[in-house]
Amino acid sequence: MEKTWNNKAWFMVLPVLLLVAFSAVIPLMTVVNYSVQDTFGNNVFFWNGSDWYTEILESERFWLSMVRNLIFSATILAIEIPLGIFIALNMPKKGWGVPVCLVLMALPLLIPWNVVGTIWQVFGRIDIGLLGYTLSSLGFDYNYVNDPTDAWVTVILMDVWHWTSLVVLLCYAGLVSIPDAFYQAAKIDGASRWAVFRYIQLPKMNRVLLIAVLLRFMDSFMIYTEPFVVTGGGPGNSTTFLSIDLVKIAIGQFDLGPAAAMSIIYFLIILLLSWVFYTVMTSVDAER
Amino acid sequence: MNLTWMAWTLPTAIFFITILVLLCGMAVWEYVSPGGNPRVGVLRFETTRGDRLFVSLLGSAFIHLAWLGLVGPNLWWALALSVVYAVGVFRYV
Repeated sequence: MEKTWNNKAWFMVLPVLLLVAFSAVIPLMTVVNYSVQDTFGNNVFFWNGSDWYTEILESERFWLSMVRNLIFSATILAIEIPLGIFIALNMPKKGWGVPVCLVLMALPLLIPWNVVGTIWQVFGRIDIGLLGYTLSSLGFDYNYVNDPTDAWVTVILMDVWHWTSLVVLLCYAGLVSIPDAFYQAAKIDGASRWAVFRYIQLPKMNRVLLIAVLLRFMDSFMIYTEPFVVTGGGPGNSTTFLSIDLVKIAIGQFDLGPAAAMSIIYFLIILLLSWVFYTVMTSVDAER
Repeated sequence: MNLTWMAWTLPTAIFFITILVLLCGMAVWEYVSPGGNPRVGVLRFETTRGDRLFVSLLGSAFIHLAWLGLVGPNLWWALALSVVYAVGVFRYV
């Protein structure tokens, strides 16, 4: 039977289109306009062409922030996705343990980002923080204020603590939607625990994992508040990620032109990587 | 309506009008030939006309950035290269 196409349905998306236009498209257009001009304030602008883009592309500071951000995103994805799957697999599927686990898992997600940063800033302090004081007492030379490695470990631990729950909840939703018949069939076939995971649970979690990877990648690539509160981008520039650098240029130095050019490049990279992730994972899904 | 806060310039206005015209053109194309013409091209996954426009625009942005970073500020050749790239995407992807 031939499929019926009704393009009138597109009018239903008009309200969303208007909302997105005001919240995203118009600000983005303004950023593009700023990126080709220079301003000294008072809403007076001077045409600058593509100079800001060239300046950003040739800036070592920009590329170092980019590398730090990519390493950070890759690290937290490598930790949070397997850890989230592992926790979801071990969560109870029925009984009183289900609501308890779900509430416990949801708690970190309910805490505002700046509060998470403050919690970990205090938690890691060697004079009063539980983590910092304990590690120092045990003889570890831990000090996230002075040591770049310690600052990185603290920021990564904070992100894992804050966001692994999201991966857990998404994977758990995927797992509970698998009908019992699949497990019964696997049991009859004498499938091992690994085979059940590999051929039943993992494929069934594919879609939620796609969402988890996309959300966590985009979120970690845009991370600002938590590391800014904990380390302020330091020691030195060791935890200065792209968004922190961007805010320093835009608000700290009030260089709106270079900040706008950097925003556009940053936006394009996020768009490209998200598209690649999405395409690869949906193609894998389609092949199955 | 006062839009001076958006700091408009003629080149950026032309740029956004071009994007708008492209989107309107795609809408008309979709109206005339519904379904998005899905097919599997050289990338070995299914793409629709909208996907091909997205890949063309995103790729063009990176062609311009690469040109700026590697060649210089004269972007007319980058624009020409982007048009060739977009034609290639619509033909083979």
